[in-house]
Amino acid sequence: MNSENEFSILFNLNGDEIHYLGDPTRRLLNVLREDYHLTGVKEGCGEGECGACAILVDGHLYNSCLMMPYQINHKSVLTIEGFRDSKRFEIISRAFEAAGAVQCGFCTPGMVMATEALLRKNPHPLRDEIASFMSGNLCRCTGYDMIIKAVMIASEAGDGLW
Amino acid sequence: MTSEISNPVKRLDFDEKINGSIRYTADMELPNGLFAKTLRSEHAYAQIINITTPSLPDGYFIITSKDIPHNNTIPVVENDWPIFAEEEVHYIGEPILLIVGPDIQMIENLMDQTIIEYAPFKPTLTLKEAMQNPPHLELSYTKGDFDHTTLKVLDKFEETFETGLQEQAYLETQSMMAIYEAPVIKVYGSMQCPYYIKDALQNALAFSPENIEVYQNPTGGGFGGKEDFPSVLGVHTALAAIKSGHPVKMIYDRSEDLSYTTKRHPCKIKLTTYFDENHHLVAREADIILDSGAYTGLTNVVLQRLSFSIMGVYNITPLHVSARAYKTHKPPNGAFRGFGGPQAFFAIESHMNHIASRLGVNPLDLRNAYLVKQGDMTSTEGKFRHPVKLPELVWRMETMSDYRNHFAESEEYAGVGISLFLHGCGFTGSGEKELLKSKVSLAKFEDGTVEIKASSTEIGQGSLTTLSKIVAQALEIPIDKVIHKLPSTANCPDSGPTVASRTTMIVGKILYDLCGEVKKRWNEPRFEVSAMYKYPSDLFWNNTELKGDAYPEYAWGANVVRVTFNPVTYEVDVKDIWAVYDIGTPIDSKMVKGQIDGGIVQGLGYASMEEMNHIAGKVLQNRLSTYIIPCSADFPEIKSATLFNPFEEGPFGARGLGELTLVGIAPAYAAAVEQATGVKVNALPITPERLRRLIHEQRK
Repeated sequence: MNSENEFSILFNLNGDEIHYLGDPTRRLLNVLREDYHLTGVKEGCGEGECGACAILVDGHLYNSCLMMPYQINHKSVLTIEGFRDSKRFEIISRAFEAAGAVQCGFCTPGMVMATEALLRKNPHPLRDEIASFMSGNLCRCTGYDMIIKAVMIASEAGDGLW
Repeated sequence: MTSEISNPVKRLDFDEKINGSIRYTADMELPNGLFAKTLRSEHAYAQIINITTPSLPDGYFIITSKDIPHNNTIPVVENDWPIFAEEEVHYIGEPILLIVGPDIQMIENLMDQTIIEYAPFKPTLTLKEAMQNPPHLELSYTKGDFDHTTLKVLDKFEETFETGLQEQAYLETQSMMAIYEAPVIKVYGSMQCPYYIKDALQNALAFSPENIEVYQNPTGGGFGGKEDFPSVLGVHTALAAIKSGHPVKMIYDRSEDLSYTTKRHPCKIKLTTYFDENHHLVAREADIILDSGAYTGLTNVVLQRLSFSIMGVYNITPLHVSARAYKTHKPPNGAFRGFGGPQAFFAIESHMNHIASRLGVNPLDLRNAYLVKQGDMTSTEGKFRHPVKLPELVWRMETMSDYRNHFAESEEYAGVGISLFLHGCGFTGSGEKELLKSKVSLAKFEDGTVEIKASSTEIGQGSLTTLSKIVAQALEIPIDKVIHKLPSTANCPDSGPTVASRTTMIVGKILYDLCGEVKKRWNEPRFEVSAMYKYPSDLFWNNTELKGDAYPEYAWGANVVRVTFNPVTYEVDVKDIWAVYDIGTPIDSKMVKGQIDGGIVQGLGYASMEEMNHIAGKVLQNRLSTYIIPCSADFPEIKSATLFNPFEEGPFGARGLGELTLVGIAPAYAAAVEQATGVKVNALPITPERLRRLIHEQRK
C-alpha cells in the first residue's frame, strides 16, 4: 500500500492478471474505461438502471457502475473487449446481424454481455425467459423484439457451445 | 409484395457496433484536453444580483456571457434562447457559466464555491398560470366555410385531452467536444444536424463560415433530442476551447440530461364535433394549447404540425383550428419524434372512439364513413395528390388482428383499441423549398467507388446504409463500392437536418436523381457532381394564410392493441400489438422493422408509463430509476406489415417512416384500456395511479 487510500487488488481482466494499486472505492466503470481504456463498457445512467456498462464477473452479469474495485479482488472480469475474439461472440454477432438487433449501438456491448451471461446459465431459454433476463438492459431504438430474436437465434446456432 | 431494394443488407456500421470498438464522444481521447461543466440556475425566475467566483487554480477557467464575441443566443427559429443567462434566469437549470479544467472533482469543488446571489420573482410554472398572460405564439386556420351561426343550432360533442412531457432518453447522453486551431474552431459530437450547430457557432462567434467546422461523432440515439439542443453544447465547448486554448469535452450525466434538455411539449386540446339531425359529423373545431417552457426553440413548428395533423385521416369539413403556445419558467421544450403528431392523434382518435360510443356504432365503422381519399383537401386546403390506400390499410388490419371479433366479444377486464393516422413527410410548410434547399454531392473515383456527401446523420436509424443502398442500386454497383462516412460541414454540403422523416424520402431522392448524371459520366475517371432538391412544381404554400400543401407527401398507418387489466393492482398488460403502414417501398425491410418496433415501443412508453412532472419548477423524475422507459419484459412481439403502394416521387417509391410509427399507438392503447376498465381516459400517460383515480371518480 502506497498511501492510506491505495489498496492492492489482484484480478483477472479479459485473461490478463492485473495488479490494481489505487483507490478501492472508485467506480469500477471508471477504472475499466480510464485505467484500462476499455471503452466498450458504456455509461448510460450511472445508477444500475440501463445495463450499458454490463460486464461479467466470474461469469455473472453485473453493472460496473455499481461496483468498486475491492469487490473484484481475486475475481475474473470479462468485458466486450475480452469476449469479442471468441467463437461464442461470433455466434452472437451473427445472430444480432440476422435479427437486426443493432441500431445506435450504445446499448449493444451490454446486450452482448447479457446474452452471454444468459446462455451460460440457460443455453436454450424461452422467449419469456429472455425478455425477463434482459430487462435490466435498456435499449431505446429497437423496441427489444429484434434483440430477443437475436438471443433465440444465437441459442439455436450455438447449440452445444454453451 | 416487395421490391429488390427491400431485401435487407448488413448495416455498414454493424461490426464496430457489435464488438464495442466504435468510439462515441465520451470514448475519445483528447490529448491536453479539459472537461467543462455547467453551473446552472437554482431559481425558476430571478434576477442575478451578483456572482462570486473562487480563485482558480492554474489551468482552470470560467466561461460566462462576457466571453461571447457576438450574439448571446442560440438561433433556432426565434432568437430568444440565451447561451448563458446574463441578467435574469428563466428556469431551474438554465446555464449561467462554465467551469473548465483538467480534473472533474476539482471542477465540482469550484462549482460549490461559486456563489450566485439572486433576487427571485414569482415564476409562472403551469399552463393555467401562463394563460393569464397573452400567448407568445398563435395561429388559426379554417378549412372550408366555418359558419358559427349555422353550427350553433346543431347538436355538438365537446371534450378536452391532455398529454404530458416525454423525454427522448437516447442511451448516449448529450456529448460534445471542441478544438480551437486558430483561426478555425472545430466541434465534434453527438448530433442530428451539423449545420444547425455551425449556424449557432457563427451567430455566437461571428467567425467566417470557412473557419467553423462541425463533425458528427458516432451518435447513440437522437429521436429529436439531438436536433436543436446540441447547439448549446457546441457553443459552450467552443467558447471554452477558444478561451482556454485547450481541447474541451463536455459530457452530460444522465440526471443533467433528463432534467435540463428539451422534451416533447405538454399539450391541451379541446375538440368539438357538430352533428346534423342524421347524426352525421358535419363540422369540427380544435383549440390547442402548448407549454413551450422558457424559450421558443422549435415550438412554432411543433405548433404548426400539431395543428395541421388535427384533422386526422378524416374528411370532416368545415374544420376550424386555433392554437396557442405559452411560456412557462421551465426548460425549453423541443423536438421529439412525431413533433406534435402524437399529441394530435391521441386527441383525435380518442375523440372518434368517444363519438362512436355516444352514437352506439362500431369505432371502425364510424371511421370508415369519413376516410380521406386521393384528391381530397388536406387540413390546410392542399391536396392529397397520390393514391390514399386507407380502405386497404383498414382491411389489412382487420384481417391481421381480427379487431371486430375482439371488440364485440371482449371479456371482462379485456379490451381492444384501433387507431388510424398519417404523418406529413418532410419539413412543414414551404420549409423544404425555402428554408432547407437541400444539397448533396456524389464523388466518383478512379477505382469505381462513389462517395456520398450529405450532412444527413446516422443516429441509429440506419441512414448510412439506406442511402448507400439507394445509390448502389441506382448506379447498379455493389454496395461495398459506395463510401458513406459520418458527415461534417467541412466535407459535405447541407442536405438539411436529420428530422421530419425526410432523410430517405427527400435526401434519398436527390441522390437517386443525381445517380443519373453519375451514370452518364461513368467513364470519366474522377469527378464530383451536386444537386439540390427539386420541390414538386404542383405544390404551393402560403405561410401567412397557412394555406396549401403543408407537406410534400404523407405516410399512413393503422394500429390495434389488445390489453387486459388487473383490477387489484390497476396494471395494464398488453397482449397483442398489430401495425400496418403505407410507407411506399420499404428501402430495407430489416431497417424498417427496426423503425416500426422502436417507434411503437417508444409510443407505448408515452402512452403508459413515461411520466415527468415539475414541482416548483424542479423536475421530479431526474434519473432512469424514476423516469421509467420500457424494458424488454414490458410488451409482446409486434406483428406488422406494409402495403404495396410505391410513391412516384420517392427514391424507389419510398415515403417517410421514422416518426409515423410513434404517432398512432397511444390512442389505440388508450381505447383498449377504456374497454378493459370501462372508464374514459382523456390524458396521457395512463399510469396505474391515473387509472385508479379515474376509476374512483367515474364510478361515483
